[in-house]
Amino acid sequence: MSDGTGKAKILVVDDDAALSEMLQIVLRQEGFDTVHCPSGDSALDEFRAERPDLVLLDLMLPGRDGVSVCRDIRFESGVPIIMLTAKSDTADVVAGLEAGADDYVPKPFKAKELLARIRTRLRRTGADAGADLLTIGDLTISVSSHVVKRGNTMLSLTPLEFELLLALAKRPTHVFTREALLDEVWGYRNAADTRLVNVHVQRLRAKVEKDPEHPEIVITVRGIGYRAGESAE
Amino acid sequence: MLFSTLSLSMLVMVLAGAVLLQQATAGVVAAKRDSSLNEAVGVFTFMQEQLRNPEFRGLAVLESLNRLADLAVAQQSQYRVVIQAPSSSLVSAGILAESVPAALRERVEESQGMFITPTEVVYTDPAVAPEPGWAVGASLIGPAGERYPVYYLFPMTTELQTLRALRGAVIGAGIVLVIALTLIAYLVTGQVIRPVRRASQAALRLASGRLDERVRVHGTDDLALLAKSMNRMAGQLQQRIRELETLSTLQQRFVSDVSHELRTPMTTIKMAADVIHDSRGKLDPMSARSVELMSTEIDRFDDMLADLLEISRFDAGAAVLSLQETEVAALVTAEIEANRSMAEQLGVQLVFNKLTDDNTAHVDDRRIRRILRNLITNAIEHGERRPVLITLASDDEAVAVAVRDHGVGFEAENASRVFDRFWRADPSRTRIVGGSGLGLSISMEDARLHRGWLTAWGRSGRGAQFRLTLPRTPDDELTSSPLPVIPTDDLGGGDT
Repeated sequence: MSDGTGKAKILVVDDDAALSEMLQIVLRQEGFDTVHCPSGDSALDEFRAERPDLVLLDLMLPGRDGVSVCRDIRFESGVPIIMLTAKSDTADVVAGLEAGADDYVPKPFKAKELLARIRTRLRRTGADAGADLLTIGDLTISVSSHVVKRGNTMLSLTPLEFELLLALAKRPTHVFTREALLDEVWGYRNAADTRLVNVHVQRLRAKVEKDPEHPEIVITVRGIGYRAGESAE
Repeated sequence: MLFSTLSLSMLVMVLAGAVLLQQATAGVVAAKRDSSLNEAVGVFTFMQEQLRNPEFRGLAVLESLNRLADLAVAQQSQYRVVIQAPSSSLVSAGILAESVPAALRERVEESQGMFITPTEVVYTDPAVAPEPGWAVGASLIGPAGERYPVYYLFPMTTELQTLRALRGAVIGAGIVLVIALTLIAYLVTGQVIRPVRRASQAALRLASGRLDERVRVHGTDDLALLAKSMNRMAGQLQQRIRELETLSTLQQRFVSDVSHELRTPMTTIKMAADVIHDSRGKLDPMSARSVELMSTEIDRFDDMLADLLEISRFDAGAAVLSLQETEVAALVTAEIEANRSMAEQLGVQLVFNKLTDDNTAHVDDRRIRRILRNLITNAIEHGERRPVLITLASDDEAVAVAVRDHGVGFEAENASRVFDRFWRADPSRTRIVGGSGLGLSISMEDARLHRGWLTAWGRSGRGAQFRLTLPRTPDDELTSSPLPVIPTDDLGGGDT
């Protein structure tokens, strides 16, 4: 997408040689470009050098562990990060998500599952929303240019956070269940881990709310889920 | 202990006092009898002499008797005299003639000699109570040889006073002794019991899991030995438990590590199998079929691995709830929809019956969905193509879901065993859906984590019902469930 060939480039950070090779075979078969990095220490350099469109990141790495690699990458880029994790314990997954990972795939996974996750993260929301300019609370969203502004200040959101905000803004009166958001933003059809939604709503709030303790943009509807804040015109 | 000591010493005291008093009384009374008899003999001899004395010869017999009586009494107030005169009796002042017992009178009147018998001395003053005493009787022989019976009454006034004083002393001493004994018993038992009590308390604390607890050892006696043995036992126990704990932790960690370590190669194998599976059209039929078999078995292996890991997490106590206020009905609907295609494939109809509207509870939706998934797939698998009924109801404190099938069921006594790991109702039955054999164990653990209940009901040939009851929040203690354990459609089923 970013380069001339139209092929998305994926950085695979995993220390297991067999799995890395297998992953690259599958990804190439599906038409992706792949780069491999076997350790946490060199992952950031590799990322800077290759500028991939998506990062597949194993949480357990020699050298720097996956969570801190994830935090480093997220610090400089909004690139989609999908964690590969052998541990699906709450603490590990949440640590990864809070470090900025967009999604996670617990090992062992099926190739199709992983590919579906990758495609969802690489998908760019087109102009299907109809109106190009949306408002949510005191924010303005420009859909085609992927820009969110409060007044004249640009807010820097990752593509995932942008999509989450956009999903809410597109149907301002609708109350979204966590499952509905999982479907809409992450592309999950039924199997659901609502921790994804919870963590990313927190991350989004930290960026867009004036006071994250008293959210006005992403409102919690107790027992159901979330809805968009009233537009302040 | 103290009470029995007290009552026993009291009993001993009472008995000893009674014996002492009885002996003393008997002694005093016997001595009085002897002294009374001696004295009576003296006075009688004197009176007999006086009566024969020529001085009295001139006087009327009655007169002389009277004077004799006065003489006798005037000597001392030790005794009283009753003389039976021919017409009347002469009685010392202050007493009544009835004080002489009739038996004594008869014997004295009938025969010669002196007789003594116990009696009651009755006083003329009715305010003075009668006193026990001795009555001595004999006959005076008058000058003309006529007989005048004379009786000497010896009241035991002073002796009674002495005895009374003695009784007071005995009772007083008894009370003091009992108190002293009680105190001594208390002190002694205290010395013996306190270390024993300390030991028993230490044993209780040990039993409640405080394995660092030890008993203090004093001296070298038996109690010290007991304390030492107890401490040794506690030490051994602690060491053994530590060993077992370490072993158990090691084992759990091993299961967890194995499961984790298997996951990465498992992923590679799965992906490789997928790649080959996708291109199986290019393979010869036997290879293609082999790839299919491999793929399904890898999936099954994968499920088992996931369940094994989940169980190891429960065993390690590492399972954590992520609670959220959730409409349980939505979870049920979602799981029913997710399993509908499998149900249709197996010809099972899924019927959802929601009895109440507000079914929100604080639950970990991932875990609750897993329980529901397990129960529903189980019911579909064992449902024998008959409809599976899923009922949801709630009350103020709990939300309950019951999954009822009308399939093979299981024997009633297996109702708790169905939650055992790798348990199968009928080992010969072939699995259709697969599953690791850990599903219900995991569901049970998930329910427990919510402080909820998961109960099973089943009868052979009449199907089964699994009921999940969840408190509205895990802080609530469950006391009842909105749904019965036994399915309502089986109430009149007749237990055979």
